[in-house]
Amino acid sequence: MSDYSSPYISTTNACKLCKPLGACLAFRGIEGAVPFLHGSQGCATYMRRYIISHFREPMDIASSSLGEKHAVYGGEANLRQGLQNVMKKFGARLVGVATTCLTETIGDDVPMILRTFKREMAEQGTAHQDLPAIVNVATPSYSGTHMEGFHAAVRAVVEQLAECPEDAGRSAAVNLLPGFTSPADVRYLQEIMADCGIPVIVLPDISETLDGPALDDYRKIPDGGTSLAEIARMGCSRATIELGRTLFGHESAGRLLETRFQVPLHRLGVPIGLRESDRLFEVLQLLAGVETPEKHVLERGRLIDAYVDGHKYTFGKGAVIYGEEDLVIGLTSFLLEIGVKPLLCASGGKSGRLREAIEDVNDSILPELPIIREGVDFYEIAEEAESLSPDLLLGHSKGYHLARRFRIPLIRVGFPIHDRFGGQRVLHLGYRGAQELFDRIVNALLDAKQEASPVGYGYM
Amino acid sequence: MAALLEGCFNLDTDEVCEIKPEDVKQELIQKYPVKVARKRAKQIVINKVDECGQVPEIQSNVRTIPGIITQRGCTYAGCKGVVLGPTRDIVNLTHGPIGCGFYSWLTRRNQTRPNGPDDHNFMTYCFSTDMQDEEIIFGGEKKLRQAIQEAYDIFKPKAISIFSTCPVGLIGDDVHQVAREMKEKLGINVFAFSCEGYKGVSQSAGHHIANNGIFTHVVGLDDTVREGKFKLNLLGEYNIGGDAFEIERIFEECGITLVSTFSGNSTIDQFANSHTADLNLIMCHRSINYVAEMMETKFGIPWIKVNFIGAEATAKSLRKIARYFEDQELMDKVEAVIAREMPAVEKVREEVKARCQGKLAMLFVGGSRAHHYQELFAEIGMETISAGYEFAHRDDYEGRRVLPNIKVDADSRNIEELEVHPDPTRFRPRKPAGDLARLQEQGFRFKDYDGMMAEMGDGKLVIDDISQYETEKLIEIYKPAIFCAGIKEKYAVQKSGIPMKQLHSYDSGGPYAAFRGAVNFYREIDRMVNSKVWSYLKPPWEKNPELAAKYAWD
Repeated sequence: MSDYSSPYISTTNACKLCKPLGACLAFRGIEGAVPFLHGSQGCATYMRRYIISHFREPMDIASSSLGEKHAVYGGEANLRQGLQNVMKKFGARLVGVATTCLTETIGDDVPMILRTFKREMAEQGTAHQDLPAIVNVATPSYSGTHMEGFHAAVRAVVEQLAECPEDAGRSAAVNLLPGFTSPADVRYLQEIMADCGIPVIVLPDISETLDGPALDDYRKIPDGGTSLAEIARMGCSRATIELGRTLFGHESAGRLLETRFQVPLHRLGVPIGLRESDRLFEVLQLLAGVETPEKHVLERGRLIDAYVDGHKYTFGKGAVIYGEEDLVIGLTSFLLEIGVKPLLCASGGKSGRLREAIEDVNDSILPELPIIREGVDFYEIAEEAESLSPDLLLGHSKGYHLARRFRIPLIRVGFPIHDRFGGQRVLHLGYRGAQELFDRIVNALLDAKQEASPVGYGYM
Repeated sequence: MAALLEGCFNLDTDEVCEIKPEDVKQELIQKYPVKVARKRAKQIVINKVDECGQVPEIQSNVRTIPGIITQRGCTYAGCKGVVLGPTRDIVNLTHGPIGCGFYSWLTRRNQTRPNGPDDHNFMTYCFSTDMQDEEIIFGGEKKLRQAIQEAYDIFKPKAISIFSTCPVGLIGDDVHQVAREMKEKLGINVFAFSCEGYKGVSQSAGHHIANNGIFTHVVGLDDTVREGKFKLNLLGEYNIGGDAFEIERIFEECGITLVSTFSGNSTIDQFANSHTADLNLIMCHRSINYVAEMMETKFGIPWIKVNFIGAEATAKSLRKIARYFEDQELMDKVEAVIAREMPAVEKVREEVKARCQGKLAMLFVGGSRAHHYQELFAEIGMETISAGYEFAHRDDYEGRRVLPNIKVDADSRNIEELEVHPDPTRFRPRKPAGDLARLQEQGFRFKDYDGMMAEMGDGKLVIDDISQYETEKLIEIYKPAIFCAGIKEKYAVQKSGIPMKQLHSYDSGGPYAAFRGAVNFYREIDRMVNSKVWSYLKPPWEKNPELAAKYAWD
């Protein structure tokens, strides 16, 4: 559990987003899916605008648009009507229904409403293939952050759709549950798996749905995403790799596949930096039964070469890291490798796992752990950072004011990034992601040094 | 679709025949279930302005159909995000779970200009009670009270306002009682808004609630009369992308004293003092007309509709102000400012017009911009073929003449109408009744707005609360040169190969108001509609398939 209790009552400049937003993001990574919020329409509008400002891609979220009357009498009629409209006009193959504060507070029984809806649709003669899969997840935003919403939605999809018929044998496929990473990260993970010769089912797969090509004929639902057929087969896969140290010990999607379908589960940290990436490749080598492909060995080699070359710039610098817990853990692990001293590791999330995970990735590199704060906001992060004199910040756009106040570089990673371009293409994972992060950090430090120098040195 | 366009394009001559708006309307609604189609048919209207300026009736401010992806927001968004958000020195505390506060955290690009480093500016902050399960079960008043105390202890603000989100109304927290208690305890202004997201049909309800709140709790608290001969308030200007700064510059050059702006670049003291002005100008009619009406009834300040979007519209509005004050010196100054500003505007306008003339625009924005920006497009020769509002009411479309005929439904009844009476000591007619009557006889119009449709030509499609689906259809049919809406539509529109300009938050641009703003806008639209990027969509081998085929055949 967290050893820190905030002295503040209110949250000032939050370092977390709300639970249903995470669920919508996860649903967006499924082929033919339309995320659907059961609540008042403002939630869908707000979350769409927020997700869009990061990805610069269309993001439709349907809503049951509840009003005052429905808050009193229940939202069933609106939910049903909304589902029908989404089916008719979007041709959705999956509708991901997430609840909101409103419907959780009034206590709408969404699973029951959906069961009735599906039964009635079938009775009315809607052919099975015309009826989309409907997955529901409870995401009251007064309980947990967007990351809990994300993982809950992934779990709900697996729980409600994955199968493995008794007579089916194990398939050659491996399930990969990457958590919330960038589309560029997902594409890279797919490339690694292909290079290792492992057929993979990535859930969710936002690589194309949230980073698609320019088009001149708009598609209501973007191409890409994990297909329903793949999801259905997840129970038969020969292994699951689940990324995220905060999920260790949790009833996650990976755990569910393990207990219900006996799919062996490999739990790993989010592979940021060399050591966490090595752990991933170790598992892949095991699963593939062959050596890590030369291409990736070379990338690893180049990364270490860069670590050697750039060490003089990074060594001894202090950093504040904030954002989603698993991202913070991965980044901390990476910084420890390159000689940057993590001073403060902070998150708005409150899994109770942050300290232990950071202890694990520290692996005795530092004799003393950095300050670790769960469940904090930027007001507290700023207060804490004040006495630490950090040289750089790593996190999303909301830390900009901190960077401005301390006049230090902010390396923008994670979500949301709305004051820089290309947030969807930031690569964080694997050897290649570490290489990109390392180059960015070194250059940001050089840039700051050069800017601060009274002489215009061209060699630094 | 095919049927609609059949015979419309003559491929041999490149001639484009006229697309019939009746057919387009049919096309937009034909895929809907009968009930939905019937409802949408009333919200999609083919414009026709008769000789008295009458336009057809359009249904608006009615609930959105579930599952149709709407662009509308909620009551909280209208109250906290739109109206109160741009005021820099009030601590705006969201009472609710974290999302609502986070998503309204400076996202509208309202700008502000504090008077110095010590001046309070909370706009970059996002305050929330961040409700948890515990508060949902046991009530959130205690936490709210503590949060207010904490905000006071840390920031010592002049005022704290509380915004309720969905769960607050459901669990029955009495935010107004908490506000009263804390106001008494702390000795600063503390007031609350019951702006739960599920109230009303869109953010419009939130505007009304915000208007009521500011009027009740702030307007009239400070009777200090500022110096200045021509004192006015600018209502419904939110300083997105710095619009208000440009308008302020013009006012200053004309010798006009701006007592307050609701609410771009504003402070709470300006609101408190706003009843001392002699004229109210309304920019965004939808979001702020309530305050203007109430100020007129209580304090005797007349209001007029203005528009500072468009160089000609700006000149017209400035002349209207000068005419109201009936002061030769002001009239001369206004003319001098217009004469000084216009050449630079005209120079760019002519240049840009040569490249934009005849192109089509579509505008689906908020509650006034879909109207105002038609002026700017017209100035560079572009035609607005279709337009509509996200959350407007009939008066914004058809003009205030329809106000007596608007049906009050259950949703509107939920939003309180304040009963306002003339202030016993402070009501003061700003002009003798005779002067007002004379001005009116000369065609000067007070408290009036003709709405968007009267200024749009016949045959134009006016669409209320347009859905994503209808947007796609419209684009497919008309292939406009530019589509204007918000960030939610932006990338969907651009994936249809059409440039899309955000008119809620201006993308990263602005100001677009008044003279320099007009120049910025001309340049921006020129850049967008004449961009070559869309021509690169097809790779060369797909553009010349014969060539590829030939090689293959060889």
